[in-house]
Amino acid sequence: MDVPARLAAVAERLTASLGRSAVISDPAELGTYSCDGLARYAVNPGLVVLPETTEQVVEVVRACREADLPFVARGSGTGLSGGALPRSDGVLVVTSRMRRILEVDLAAECAVVEPGVINLAISREVSPAQYHYAPDPSSQQVCSIGGNVAENSGGAHCLKYGFTAHHVTGLEVVTPDGDVVWLGGGKCRQAPGYDLLGVFIGSEGTLGIATKVVVRLLPTQESVETVLAAFPDMSSAGAAVGAIIGAGITPAAIEMMDALSIEAAEQAVACEYPVGAGAVLIVELDGPAGDVAAELAAVRGHCERAGAFELRQAADDAERAEIWKGRKSAFAAVGRISPDYIVQDGVIPRTALPEVLADIAELSERTGIRVANVFHAGDGNLHPLVLYDESVPGQGDAAEEVSGAILDLCVRHGGSITGEHGVGVDKAKYLPRMFTDADLDTMQLVRCAFDPGHRCNPGKVFPTPRLCGEIPRRGTTPHPAQAAGLAEAF
Amino acid sequence: MGVLEDLRRVVGEDGARLAESGDRVAEVPPRWVVAPTSTEQVGRVLRIAGEHDLHVVVRGSGTKLHWGAPPSAAELLLDMSRLGGVVEHAAGDLVAIVRAGTPLRDVQAALARSGQRLPLDEMLPGATIGGVVSAGTAGPLRLRFGTPRDQVIGVTMVRADGVTAHSGGKVVKNVAGYDLGRLFAGSYGTLGVLTEVAVKLAPVPEARAFVTRPVRTPAEVRDLTTRIREAKIGPVGMEVECPVPENYRRGGTVLRTAPDPDSMVLLLEGPADGVRERADRAVEALGTDTTVSTRPPTWWGRYPFGPDDVALQVVTPVGQLFGPVYSLRDAAREIPVRIFCSPAAGVLHAGVPGGTDPDRVARIVEAVRTVAISHGGYCQVLAAPPAVRAELDLWGPIDALGLMRAVKHEFDPAGRLAPGRFVGGI
Repeated sequence: MDVPARLAAVAERLTASLGRSAVISDPAELGTYSCDGLARYAVNPGLVVLPETTEQVVEVVRACREADLPFVARGSGTGLSGGALPRSDGVLVVTSRMRRILEVDLAAECAVVEPGVINLAISREVSPAQYHYAPDPSSQQVCSIGGNVAENSGGAHCLKYGFTAHHVTGLEVVTPDGDVVWLGGGKCRQAPGYDLLGVFIGSEGTLGIATKVVVRLLPTQESVETVLAAFPDMSSAGAAVGAIIGAGITPAAIEMMDALSIEAAEQAVACEYPVGAGAVLIVELDGPAGDVAAELAAVRGHCERAGAFELRQAADDAERAEIWKGRKSAFAAVGRISPDYIVQDGVIPRTALPEVLADIAELSERTGIRVANVFHAGDGNLHPLVLYDESVPGQGDAAEEVSGAILDLCVRHGGSITGEHGVGVDKAKYLPRMFTDADLDTMQLVRCAFDPGHRCNPGKVFPTPRLCGEIPRRGTTPHPAQAAGLAEAF
Repeated sequence: MGVLEDLRRVVGEDGARLAESGDRVAEVPPRWVVAPTSTEQVGRVLRIAGEHDLHVVVRGSGTKLHWGAPPSAAELLLDMSRLGGVVEHAAGDLVAIVRAGTPLRDVQAALARSGQRLPLDEMLPGATIGGVVSAGTAGPLRLRFGTPRDQVIGVTMVRADGVTAHSGGKVVKNVAGYDLGRLFAGSYGTLGVLTEVAVKLAPVPEARAFVTRPVRTPAEVRDLTTRIREAKIGPVGMEVECPVPENYRRGGTVLRTAPDPDSMVLLLEGPADGVRERADRAVEALGTDTTVSTRPPTWWGRYPFGPDDVALQVVTPVGQLFGPVYSLRDAAREIPVRIFCSPAAGVLHAGVPGGTDPDRVARIVEAVRTVAISHGGYCQVLAAPPAVRAELDLWGPIDALGLMRAVKHEFDPAGRLAPGRFVGGI
């Protein structure tokens, strides 16, 4: 049977078992799911299925196995690397109907949730009891926990609290063969055996579909202080970051923005950051009140000595939100100063910041492509926003080139091509700049153990699929739309 | 060509020798010992092992070589003691790259010169970083910093087929590719040979305080844990020592007087003013018997068992540890079992004297495991003397064992690395 016939057979089977409302095959409706947060890549899925239970996910995955069709899991579709880009020859498994918080166990400081649960919904649920879920990606109002697990999402506060991998202790997973297994310790923080949980988190949906997630809940901190510091330029702001970290202080977050991103944020949300700032830092400290007070005094001193000309301290949560407003809106705000832009995500050792900034400036000058810089400065995670105008011939390509050159800078300085957005379909071609063939081959041994048939989100992360054992290679041909040059041309 | 000659061509005359009785892995005697000095040499050694069909067990300083099941074969012992040293310490980035054979204490000493540390406890004196990561050991600091898998940001390893591979890198935030560091942490050397580990570091805190309070029952520990949480004291470690009652140690008649109280100890770290203020608050919250010291008790950051004892590790959801503690004491009765708990992390370690009748040990493990499982937890026997081990299921039920076997098969299809040492005969 050819692919359309197999898709039709699977649609029929799943309509019978999951119900008509759980299966979408109408071409117009399929278009809704053609891309995730990275709209440059778009492909209409062959079929969309919206399961509501683990059993239904099993049914979908088994149907795919039996029809030998690839499948891709999708949460809220906010990913920024095309990790949830569908396959026209496959099934898109959307978890948005699996949105129940199944259990909150405050005594064990954890919650059990379904993968479609929105990140922020967990903290909302437990905040009356003075708890929260720590990872807070900027998209936390809409992104799903299942997607966070796939991407090992971080957020502004991961400097102190770590990533999804540090806050998920157990996963119920439907394997690519359609079996249901538990990875990790459930509500326990560790379990005997290989840490398959640890490797599953951040595997970008290539090892299976998480159907239940056990998340750790942290008690709310006694005290939170947020300071906005304005500097004449990026190098003085960078010096302040170095001094703070060098003094042994671990803030909950240190964020940096340059003049161009401040300008954009100003136009978009009137954040009213200090006039004339060449850079701003947002430093947030949290913990026991006495500790925070001591660290706050030290942070203010470090900022002043590094050349800060204005320091604003949030007096309450409203003022804190006011300070964060500019930073949190920065990506979208850039739309105010440029018709098109690429959000890049790279990592450098924090101490290489001055050098890398100078290199980016030089790159920008040479190509005429403007770059606005927004960083998680504490951990060296850069989010350069590469600005361009698609309507100007050649600018899109030039921007793409600058964006790629920034990743090269990151790798050259011993960093990474992605700190939190993932490799997905977008950066698979860059992965060999960080890793040797042997490295990538070794990583894919894990994939072969989980998904020897190569049906689970194929074509993502790894530029070249590994042949698993004696099992014939299946579903590994380039995406039809990519092969035709359609995906990238969108 | 002989094995020894082949090995010596790679590592030099003094890098390979015939094994002696002190080289045994559990009770399994290897035939050769090889001590490479580089990742490249490890690769060549593993290729030689393949050519001669040798099974390989990796040894750091040997503190945990008797942990797990004895390997079904171990002709070649791969000694990592010459593969040591700090490769790079990027103090400004709070990152270090360390060779696997480096003793943890040497790592800490090197980092301390810059006011930094790797926030992992040295549970067994002399343990190497490779051994700590491979066995996944952690102590009191796990409450704030987690276990080795949480500190490792990059690894260099040599696969069973001699191929060298890396994952992660030397930046703390990095989601490029699969994270094999987490997979290798706690894998007991069954997937490959770790040769270098990149770790994230933490500053040495300005001040530390140990707050101690006597406690009488596991239920009281649970209540105090809640009180500490509500008082926002923010300990980075919280441990309870349950001493072996004095009267049980006198042979002959078993006396039934109340045992000595247990002690609960909190470790507070941070700026001096903050720590002082929180220590005061802790005393207020915990009551007048509470004392504050700048020095840890002697048992802090140690296991309650010696190399010849039966070593148990019980894990439960936070707040559920009291059940296994009661069951352990009930089942042990007159046997002097020493227990250390980390109630806020849901981890307990216990030591049963090695000479205890294997049947009794089996009954104790069974009792504790039943209770642990009923709370959603685990009871694992980390190590036991051979006679006892023969009577025991060391791990109990394991989830996802099929996937674990598949992973092992992909990484080490010939079963060359520590065969049989890990869960489910892996």
